[in-house]
Amino acid sequence: MKNNDALFKRMRESQLFWPLVALALILLLDLIFAPGFFKIGILDGHLYGNLIDVVNNAAPLMLVAIGMTLVIATGGVDLSVGAVIAISAALGAVLINPALGNVLIENKILAANTTNTPLPIVVLVNIVAGTLCGLWNGMLVSRGRISPMVATLILMVAGRGIAQLITNGQIMTVYYQPYWWFGNGFILGLPVSIYIVAIIFIMAWLLVRKTAIGMFIESVGINSKATYYSGISEKNIKLFVYTFCGFCSAWAGLILGSYIHGVDANNIGLLYELDAILAVVIGGTLMSGGRFSLLASVIGALLIWTFTITMYTFGVPANALLAGRAVLVLIVIILYSDYTRRVINKLSDQKGIKHGVSN
Amino acid sequence: MASQTKPLSDSVMTVKRSDTVQRLKNFLIKNGPLATTIVIFFVLYLIGSWLYPAMQKPQVVFNLFINQASLLLVSIGMTLVIIAKGIDLSVAGVIALTTAASAALLAAGMSPFIVMPLMLVMGITFGLAQGWLIHFFKVEPFIVTLMGLFFARGMAYIITLSSLTINDPVYRFLALTKVYIPFFEKVYVYIPTFVAPVMLLVTIYLSFFTQFGRTVYAIGNNEQSALLMGLPVARTKLLVYAFSGLCSAMAGIVWSVSLLSGYGGYAPGMELDAIASVVIGGTMLTGGIGTVIGTLFGVLINGTIVSILQFNGTLSSWWTRIGVGVLTLIFLGVQSLFYMRQKHS
Repeated sequence: MKNNDALFKRMRESQLFWPLVALALILLLDLIFAPGFFKIGILDGHLYGNLIDVVNNAAPLMLVAIGMTLVIATGGVDLSVGAVIAISAALGAVLINPALGNVLIENKILAANTTNTPLPIVVLVNIVAGTLCGLWNGMLVSRGRISPMVATLILMVAGRGIAQLITNGQIMTVYYQPYWWFGNGFILGLPVSIYIVAIIFIMAWLLVRKTAIGMFIESVGINSKATYYSGISEKNIKLFVYTFCGFCSAWAGLILGSYIHGVDANNIGLLYELDAILAVVIGGTLMSGGRFSLLASVIGALLIWTFTITMYTFGVPANALLAGRAVLVLIVIILYSDYTRRVINKLSDQKGIKHGVSN
Repeated sequence: MASQTKPLSDSVMTVKRSDTVQRLKNFLIKNGPLATTIVIFFVLYLIGSWLYPAMQKPQVVFNLFINQASLLLVSIGMTLVIIAKGIDLSVAGVIALTTAASAALLAAGMSPFIVMPLMLVMGITFGLAQGWLIHFFKVEPFIVTLMGLFFARGMAYIITLSSLTINDPVYRFLALTKVYIPFFEKVYVYIPTFVAPVMLLVTIYLSFFTQFGRTVYAIGNNEQSALLMGLPVARTKLLVYAFSGLCSAMAGIVWSVSLLSGYGGYAPGMELDAIASVVIGGTMLTGGIGTVIGTLFGVLINGTIVSILQFNGTLSSWWTRIGVGVLTLIFLGVQSLFYMRQKHS
């Protein structure tokens, strides 16, 4: 009995526990009220269904959440991810635009299934641009000693302006079909985006769990000064996490731009910074930094999209869904607060004592 | 760090060297960021009026106050919250909710003299609830107010999915009556324009001359110390968020009066404009340092950039965002320069 309690306590203290419980609750809700939610069929040789939709839609958010987890673990925050997504997607659309350089732009040329720049270069430029944005944030935070919220706020405000500058304020549509593959393609029946997420997740996981970098990141988040005095270059750690976050956001931008076949610099990746922070917080990583879990953040992102698609299934309008999401956050806040934790611990401890007495 | 050493070093310095030059130097260093903001505003305006002579007309200056009324109101509330080491992202959401709710209530035939106080009460309640969550559940202000933003916008969309028109005669009267400014020819403002300056004066009084204001600064510098000093930390924190909610509700009323409609999508991204204005105005996001006067000039700088772009006519609106971003960056450099000087001198 005692052993059982200890196991339960260890489970409860794992960062994965609450996100998984919440996810299970939402899926249970679906099971009862919308059994069709779980139907997975095969169409044109790939899987389709609500669950696949959830995973495909959540992929960009998962990517951003992976980068954001590391940033938040150092005690910072990156508000610019939405803007980086917009910049990256805008660059992609502009580079592909076949009408570029033509004096006379005809619809025939514009809508042709061709590209101005080879696709590998487009992808490379996308990723490099996002990574540079991350590097800029990292320089401001680590070298400029500006508080993370302000430093990334600059790019958040200016970044969308830059993205609009790139697209010249137009909503651009991409007709080049190979570019669509990243957001809409399938490998072995599963969406391509999921493979991208898996590769970056494994990369990040190896980096932080199989090398000392993860430990350094946590120590910077817990006490940046002590880390510096123990001989770790906390500046470079900070620089690295912001750059990595930019890298992840660039991939998210590529997937999102490809998913919608184009870019609207004003709206692409809107509110992603907030959703990503939400995913990380749902994953149990504290905003003040320190202990973190990549997997928990990814589950957090998945949770947000499961909730969203579930609400769509129930016919809630997209705009009104914001209020539903707020209620979700409220529940998470109250579940995660010290107060609730104390109450739950006290309850289970009391149970343990009772068992002790009866034994 | 600078924020904590500031009051101490000031008092030590004034006691040690009391010659006029030193005092002047201290004064300049202490008020440097504010002075820089004011200078930037005037330089920007001069550049604007040099490029576009039409900007020299006094009406353009008053237009700044007419067009930026909501932003100014929101920024005033935001300044106090940021000085108390918090942040309020829900402001734009409360504006949208206020416009949508008042439009719906007016359409249902309720008297505007009940609707307006009701909206103010709603704003205060909203702020209080957020402050309560932040203080008693010890959650990051960022997360709580983010939830507030989602919640308020979502509620506004639940009230109405499309824009609702306001046909109330009182609102129309408020929106369309021009108030001519004495001593200037043909220069006018509208009645709602006066709300923000009055609120500014009230906030200057509150922040500099009352116990509440001093407590806000104390909490921003070090909440633990403030608590140990026996200051009413919990009450003040709740009040600061309630005040921000009140300001946002007022901004919402001003918005619904000037546009005569209500919609959940109004004021997109205004929380960021407000934060940028507050930062440009010399308030530190780390809390404890800053003034509402600086915020006024931060908002005016924002407005000036917009007017320059409007006068130009060919530059597109996204230059506003780039301009605000660059200015925020410049100002951060200035700030850190001044606070470094202060620490070393």
